[in-house]
Amino acid sequence: MGMSTTSIVIDAFVAVCLILSLVKSREKTKTALLIAWNGMKRLVPSVLAVIAVIGLIVGFIPPKWIASSIGGESGFVGVLVAALIGSVLFIPAIIAFPLARSLLDMGAGVMAIAAFITTLTMIGFVFLPIEIKELGKRFALLRNGLSFVAALIIAVIIGLVLG
Amino acid sequence: MGENIAAAGDSVPGLPLRKRIKWDLVALVASAAALYGLSLAFPQKGEMALEVSWEFFKEMVFILPAVLIVMGLFGVWVKREVVVRYLGRDSGIGGLFLAILLGTLPTGPLYVAFPLAAMLLKKGARVAGVMLFLSAWACIKLPQEIMELQFLGLEFTLLRLGLTVAVLIPMVLLAETLYHRGGSREMQPVNEEGAGEVETETVAGMENPGTSEENVPA
Repeated sequence: MGMSTTSIVIDAFVAVCLILSLVKSREKTKTALLIAWNGMKRLVPSVLAVIAVIGLIVGFIPPKWIASSIGGESGFVGVLVAALIGSVLFIPAIIAFPLARSLLDMGAGVMAIAAFITTLTMIGFVFLPIEIKELGKRFALLRNGLSFVAALIIAVIIGLVLG
Repeated sequence: MGENIAAAGDSVPGLPLRKRIKWDLVALVASAAALYGLSLAFPQKGEMALEVSWEFFKEMVFILPAVLIVMGLFGVWVKREVVVRYLGRDSGIGGLFLAILLGTLPTGPLYVAFPLAAMLLKKGARVAGVMLFLSAWACIKLPQEIMELQFLGLEFTLLRLGLTVAVLIPMVLLAETLYHRGGSREMQPVNEEGAGEVETETVAGMENPGTSEENVPA
């Protein structure tokens, strides 16, 4: 996708805001850009590292492994395993949803698939170092931990309703 | 002897060596070397890996600077009182829904949301709201939902989205309570004073420019 419509719209929007800000006050705009620059310096190394890790995960973990670890199992252990795999992995939606569909067709439980999709979208353990850096360990661990619990609850309810 | 390792001015001298090594740079070198090495060893899988990383790199180049500029402008122009009123502890359930709404704006990957979230906290938004903002950003995205609808059906998608909002709200309220209980005292000055990075005092008393409505509706 790269330069997608979303990024064009965002960049254009930010450019307009920046010009408005510049018209209003030169000094304040300078401060704003300084804040942005400091954030850039702080974030770029970890973001680049995360990008490399995502490449490693997508490129070198075969979907077959994921399928075999979620597919056969049923019951709460299967749900827990699916939730854990979903939290640790990073899979783009383009791959994740077709994969989930094919797992369902292969006979995987709805509850396990719901756990997998929910943690996959809600929890990104690859982003945890950046979250800790920006918001503190306490905040990041609480949010991710409780999101995991929330994902399990959501999965169980979906499984009970649709299963 | 740690002097030459941490050259940046923001590190405090006298810290043990372990704390002065730039771990993010170490992680970057290690993961980049692994990506490069494995791609050479397994060219076919490597091609896929490098392509995925390249796509994310392009996304970063086009979105990260823009989002950080928004963060800077937000820090400079939006008054603390406005954030407190709409997203602070007394903003109630409306504040929580506003946080979800802000999170669903289509704006790139999760990591760009972290500096925005930190800025909201510094400006006095409540912890539960900021957590909802991040969670919504992570798991409710329009393009993604279209894919979910296509592959997993309407029933599954609606149920999952509805439950996500319904379950996350009590969860973040619990997280907020735990966050403020004990040990979090040292975090408070960061939230209250903006850690010296943004001088909120100079911002207060200024008129509201047009840039503020992007994040907080009047």
